[in-house]
Order: sequence, then C-alpha cells, then structure tokens
Amino acid sequence: MAAISSDNRGLRLVMRYTVLTLIAIIFVFPLVFMVMSSFKPDLQLLRDTSSIRAFLPVGDISLNNYFDAFDRAPVGLFVFNSVLVTGLTVLFSLFLCSMAAFSFAFLEWKGRNILLSIVIATLIVPFETIAIPLLLMVSKLPWIGFEGFSVGWLNTYRVQIIPWIADGLTIFLFVQYFKDLPRDLIEASRVEGASWWQIYTKVVMPLSGPVLATAAILKFLVMYNQYLWPLIVVQEETYRPVMVGLGYFFQLNTAWGEIMAYLTIITVPVLAFYLVLQRAFIASIASTGVKG
Amino acid sequence: MAQVKLRDIRKSYGKVEVIKGVDIDVDDGEFVVFVGPSGCGKSTLLRMIAGLEDITAGTLEIDGIRMNDLEPSKRGIAMVFQSYAIFPHMTVRENVAFGLTINKAGKAEKAEKVAEAARILQMEHLLDRRPSELSGGQRQRVAIGRAIVRDPKVFLFDEPLSNLDAALRMDMRMEIGKLHQDLGASMIYVTHDQVEAMTLADKIVVLKDGMVMQAGAPMELYHEPDNLFVAGFLGSPSMNFLEVTVDAVNADNVTVHNTALDPIDVPHKGRSFTVGQTATLGIRPQYLHPSDQASGKLHGKVILTERLGSETVIDVSLAEGAKLIAALAEDTILAPGTAAHFEFDPNQAHIFPETR
Ligand SMILES: Nc1ncnc2c1ncn2[C@@H]1O[C@H](COP(=O)(O)OP(=O)(O)O)[C@@H](O)[C@H]1O
Ligand SMILES: [Mg+2]
Repeated sequence: MAAISSDNRGLRLVMRYTVLTLIAIIFVFPLVFMVMSSFKPDLQLLRDTSSIRAFLPVGDISLNNYFDAFDRAPVGLFVFNSVLVTGLTVLFSLFLCSMAAFSFAFLEWKGRNILLSIVIATLIVPFETIAIPLLLMVSKLPWIGFEGFSVGWLNTYRVQIIPWIADGLTIFLFVQYFKDLPRDLIEASRVEGASWWQIYTKVVMPLSGPVLATAAILKFLVMYNQYLWPLIVVQEETYRPVMVGLGYFFQLNTAWGEIMAYLTIITVPVLAFYLVLQRAFIASIASTGVKG
Repeated sequence: MAQVKLRDIRKSYGKVEVIKGVDIDVDDGEFVVFVGPSGCGKSTLLRMIAGLEDITAGTLEIDGIRMNDLEPSKRGIAMVFQSYAIFPHMTVRENVAFGLTINKAGKAEKAEKVAEAARILQMEHLLDRRPSELSGGQRQRVAIGRAIVRDPKVFLFDEPLSNLDAALRMDMRMEIGKLHQDLGASMIYVTHDQVEAMTLADKIVVLKDGMVMQAGAPMELYHEPDNLFVAGFLGSPSMNFLEVTVDAVNADNVTVHNTALDPIDVPHKGRSFTVGQTATLGIRPQYLHPSDQASGKLHGKVILTERLGSETVIDVSLAEGAKLIAALAEDTILAPGTAAHFEFDPNQAHIFPETR
C-alpha cells in the first residue's frame, strides 16, 4: 500500500514539474530570443527567426548592437530617468496610498464609505479619457522650486511622478488588506496608548509586507512601462523615459539588433526589482506569520 | 485600584439599542464578572468601559472622574482580548513592553517592569520568542503580561479563556484568580460560562438583552435568584422548573400544586401572586431527595440514571410530559421505569410569578 501511494505521489510530482517547466519555457522563450538576437547583426537575426537558431547564440556573435544603441540614443539617461521616476512614484505611492487606506479602514469619519466607493469607481476609468484634461491642468500648475516660482509642469520629472502617486487600485489593495488584519490588534494598541500615527508605523506597516510588495510590483510595472503620458508631457530629451526612447530605433530603417540590445538593457532593472521584492515578500510572510 | 461606576449606561447602533440602561458598581479591588448568554451585550459594555465604543447615554466614572469622553489610554485600564491580540511581528519582550515603548519609558524602567511581569506569570524563558512559537496558553500569558506592566487601576478581560482547551482553561482560570489576589487590582471579567463566573467572582452581574438581571455575590445569586432567568442560568445541572397553579396566598407563603406536585407552601419573598394564576416553581436538582410515596411531594417515573461518581443524575418524567432532573448522593440507584418520589425543603425552592 505504502509503496503504491508513494509511487503515485512520485508520478504526480514528475507530472507537476513537467507542466511547470513547460509553462516556464513558454514564458522564458521570448526573453531568450531577445537576448540572443541582441548579439546578432540584423540580416542574420531575421534569417534565424525561421529556425531554432533564433534561441541560440550561434553565427556572428558580437556586442556591436550595444555600442550602436548607445551611439544612437542616450540609453543611460533614459534608464536613469525611468528608474528615478518609477522609484520615487513607488515610494510616494506606497506611503500615501497606505495612509489613505489606513484612514478608510480604521478611522471613523463622515462620508468615509461614499468616498471609498468613489475611489474604487476610478478603477474603471481608462487613462486615455483623462489624459487631455490632465494635460491641460498640469500645463497651468504653478510650482516653487530651487529656481523660484514657475507655471506649467511640462518637461519635468514631477509631471511624470505626481499625477501617478495616488490611484484607486493601490488604495483598494491596502484597504482590503487592512480590513483583514485582526481588529483587536488595533484596539489593543489604542488601549496601550498608541497614537494613530504610532499604530500606522509600529503595528500596521510592519504587518503589511505582503501587500506592500504586491502594490510596489504593480506600481513599478505601470510606471516603468509609461509611454503615452511622457510622450505628451515631455518633449525634452533630458526627462525622457525608456519606453519613449524606444522610438529612436524605429526611424527610416528599423534597427532590429539595436532594438533587441536596448530592450535587453532596459529589462535588467525590472528583473532586479522583481527579485528583490520577491525575497522581501516571502521573508515578510514568514516572519510576521499574519496569514496562517 | 479603583472604583468603577456605571449609571444608566446605554448603547445604540443606529436605531437598535443593545445596552438598555445599566447601573453597575465595582468596588476597590473587587473581581466582577459580567455573565450572560452570547449576544446579551457583555462585550459591548466592557468595550464602553475601555473606551473602544462610544457611550450613547449615561455616565461612566472611574475613581469618581467622568470617563465618557476620555481616550482608552487615559482611563487607567488595561484590557485582555479573547484573541489575545498580541503583535505577531514583535518578540514577547517587545509585546509586553509595548505600552512602555509607546510612552517613551526609560530602558531601566522597561527592563524592570517586564522582568516583574514575567516573574509573576512565570514566563521568563519565553521573553525572546515570537508569538508564532508560543502555545495558546502562553500567548494568553503574554497578553496578561502586557496588561500588568501598565499597572492599571482596572483590568478588563473579554472571554480570555474561550480560545483555550478545557484542561488549560481550568489552569488559567486559577491563575487569573491568583493574579487578582496578588495584585489586588479591580478586575472586570466577561464570560458566557457560568462556572467561570461562579469560581472567580466577588460579584456577578447577570446580563440579558442589554439589561442587568441581577448583581451580587455568587452564592447570593445562587441561593436567592431574583428571577427565572438568573435561577436558570447559574448552577449545574440547572434548576428544575415546574409550572404550578397558585391555590392560596398569605403573608409569607404561597400554596401551589400541579398534577405531579402535592400542594406545598413556598416562601414568596415579597413577590406578588394572585390565586388561580399559573406560576413557576424552581428547585435545584441537588435539593431533591428520594422518598416513599407517602412522604414524597413530587411523583414521576425514572427515565435514565447517570452515575457520575460524585453524584448520580436521574432524569424523571412527570405527568403531562414535564421533566425533572435530580442529583443524588453517589450510592443512590433508581432503576429506569420505576416510580420515583421526591421530597424537598420548601425553603430551598423558589416561586416566580412569570412562566417560561
Ligand atoms: N458594531 C456593531 N454594530 C451593530 N450591532 C452590534 C455591533 N456590535 C455588537 N452589536 C450587537 O450588539 C449585541 C451585543 O453584542 P456583544 O456585546 O458582542 O454581545 P456578547 O459579548 O454578550 O456576546 C449583539 O446583538 C450584537 O449583534
Ligand atoms: Mg462577546
């Protein structure tokens, strides 16, 4: 009996891993194609697409595409801009959206439920519908910075950051998570004399690792992939992010090899960010033991 | 140590009133237990004392000072929750010291108070563990430790034992009793378990539907229940109730009978009755004694005998489908199916004008 059942389990395990491996391969192949192609000259790259060679480092392999890409566009600047804008937006967003959600979840005030419904309702509004009104608005907004007073936010970092900090989805994620936290923990903190700010910093945030990681990943993806908005609000190269920068490679003749090299470079921050967060995510679940 | 005074306390959620005018006094160092069936408003009442719920109407005083609008932390209370509510991301030490940390207490004071609480609760060896590495009983200890270091005037417990298994519950019950003796602080303890109430309390407050049914010392409530509800709620096995007819009323007694009960005079203790009305006679199973047909006052038939060792519990069916339980001394055996006759001291019986 025992032998049979353990055989069964072994078989099931093998099947499970086979399926998982297949899925992983399907997801990884485009990336492999991208990286391999970035080392090949255009002619060979296009010829190889009809065979398995597309996924193999064969033929005329070099780093020329990378040198050419850096010659054609300020790649380093674009990556810097995107990482800066994305990083700051993620940080501000985690902080402000979690505070808003804290208020929705734990504080009692008039109109709370209605306002929360409105916030959630914004989820179904596509960005395209508000892009033009938003553009008109930011073009007239005042700002006081190191250079003094100015009007209009076009061609800045802040125009890429500030409108994206608060969003319904992030607030909603936090609200849901906070509502699942044991209410007694909050009440015990109040009895112990903690202020709302202390409850936020010392109790709720330390227990929110999983939702912080989730919200950060989602926000990161949105921000790093920004295209339409920076396209219309940033005309100066100085503030241009990576996705808009891709346009440099689609001029008269499409430079496929350089595109693949450029894409490979701009993928690195995504993977790095994801790996870091994934570890933090697992560690926080393991150490807080909030779930289970 | 402190006195707690509740005067005409009310609580409404929207239009629904769940606490309907409650007066309770807790004396210095007294252990008061709020007991009642689930949903009767015990937790709501406790949470109002703690400041976790607003008081809709009435006055709450601790040590003569009105507390209605004070923050929980300003009321001099500490609370132990049913779910323990200890912080999963902190060690036991950090949990116990949480209130001190929040209030920026000095390092030395913190260490000293935590050590003292750990000593009282015998959990010195647990201080560096995380809650996930503790058993239910140990978590409860941490929660109590956190309450102790606050050095509160009043301890509040909301069903602190109901998440523990039966054996542990008894241990912790004794420990909480001992804690009360050692600290001498006022304590308010909420439970739906009448055994916990009877064993721990200096004073029991029986609640039903947001109202106080009776308040007093455990044995006072046990022997002199004011009403049918209190009579049926306290004591195990619970009191027998018989529907009876009132034959006569005089200065001290009423005479009652029914088909299974011979006419008997029972002290009415000032409750008013009219001749011919239906009333309820209560008699505890322990106060029924087997007898012969002639001297017996209650007559029925044995259905079931359960020997528990310390006593034998007999289920008896009376005429008209009524049932009765008698708890007899250990060596009494009555065979099922045989006729049973019981006598009892009318002074140990209770007569209530209401019926169930
Ligand atoms: N936040 C609330 N909103 C509406 N009704 C509530 C709320 N909290 C408690 N109640 C109601 O108040 C009554 C008393 O509840 P509770 O004090 O928790 O009872 P107990 O602790 O005695 O079991 C119950 O009927 C419950 O449904
Ligand atoms: Mg309760």
